[in-house]
Amino acid sequence: MIDEMRRGAMANLPVGASVAAYGSVLGMLAAQKGLTWVQLLAMNLSVFAGSAQFVMVEMWAPPLPVAEMTLAVLIINMRYLLIGASLNPLFQGKSLAHKAGIMHLVADENWAVTMAAYRDGGATTGFLLGGGICLCSVWSMGTLLGHQLGALVAQPERFALDFAFVAVFTALAVSMWRGKSDIAPWATAAVLAVVAERWLPGKWYIVIGGIGGALVPAAREFLIAKKNARNLLSERSRRETMTKETK
Amino acid sequence: MNGLSPTDLSIVLAITGAALATYSLRLGGLLLADRLPKNGGFKRFMEALPGTILLSLVAPGIFSAGMLGGVAALATALCAWKTRNILLAMIVGMGMVAAGRLLL
Repeated sequence: MIDEMRRGAMANLPVGASVAAYGSVLGMLAAQKGLTWVQLLAMNLSVFAGSAQFVMVEMWAPPLPVAEMTLAVLIINMRYLLIGASLNPLFQGKSLAHKAGIMHLVADENWAVTMAAYRDGGATTGFLLGGGICLCSVWSMGTLLGHQLGALVAQPERFALDFAFVAVFTALAVSMWRGKSDIAPWATAAVLAVVAERWLPGKWYIVIGGIGGALVPAAREFLIAKKNARNLLSERSRRETMTKETK
Repeated sequence: MNGLSPTDLSIVLAITGAALATYSLRLGGLLLADRLPKNGGFKRFMEALPGTILLSLVAPGIFSAGMLGGVAALATALCAWKTRNILLAMIVGMGMVAAGRLLL
């Protein structure tokens, strides 16, 4: 297990470098928003999800909108349902305690590295955990370093820190692009988000744009299924009338 | 210790809420792996969600960022698409905004 964990940690080091770097940007933003380093560290260890933490820090203004924040985190991290489900073969035959212990440290990066290694036949749950520990450490180091630096920066806009949020999420969004089938859902999401941001208070636009956009392929699937069912039905009734006629 | 002030309490609640939400999704996905639909509308919805959420996070910001912000966001997107390197893309975008502010 220890050997496997070491292997997992080593395999995640390259991606860990960029995790630490964008962690430092989060740390700077957090310092500007008035989070203490203890609060930031607590968030790193308990939430441990980069994009959700960025959104929380972005929403961080007293009084904290706790319900909105939790909802936003829930929606942004919805993808972990799929990530968790995809790890099922790796956890085959493991105890519940083993699953419950390791899943906390599953992030996008060590998940991707582990899945790649698993396809090549070289990954275990220890490998996954080692990667998680590696990422959680560099993530915490990066954010705390950024937090120290951020407190020193007097004019954050000179370094475009106010643009960091847009830059990170634009890059992350592009990495999610799956091809032409994404045009309709993405266009829907963008329009809904812009309109909702203009007319509704708070951060509802995230939820409305995200869910509205993702409903497009779901609706398409639903319509196709319905059409198929109708075709099947008419096919069957045609066949029934034919059998009646032959009688 | 004088106990928790309302602000402290809301901070604790915010972090705990986010932690619980995230952890239940992580573990829930693994435990419910056999019960989550493998195809159909729900699956399509879940697959499309990460992209549409991330886009919704930034679309209003880009839309109201003005010329410099718009151009920088476009450069960030192009760089992320071409190089698949999120960190580099981020640096390019932020660098353009910082340089733009310095020069304009």
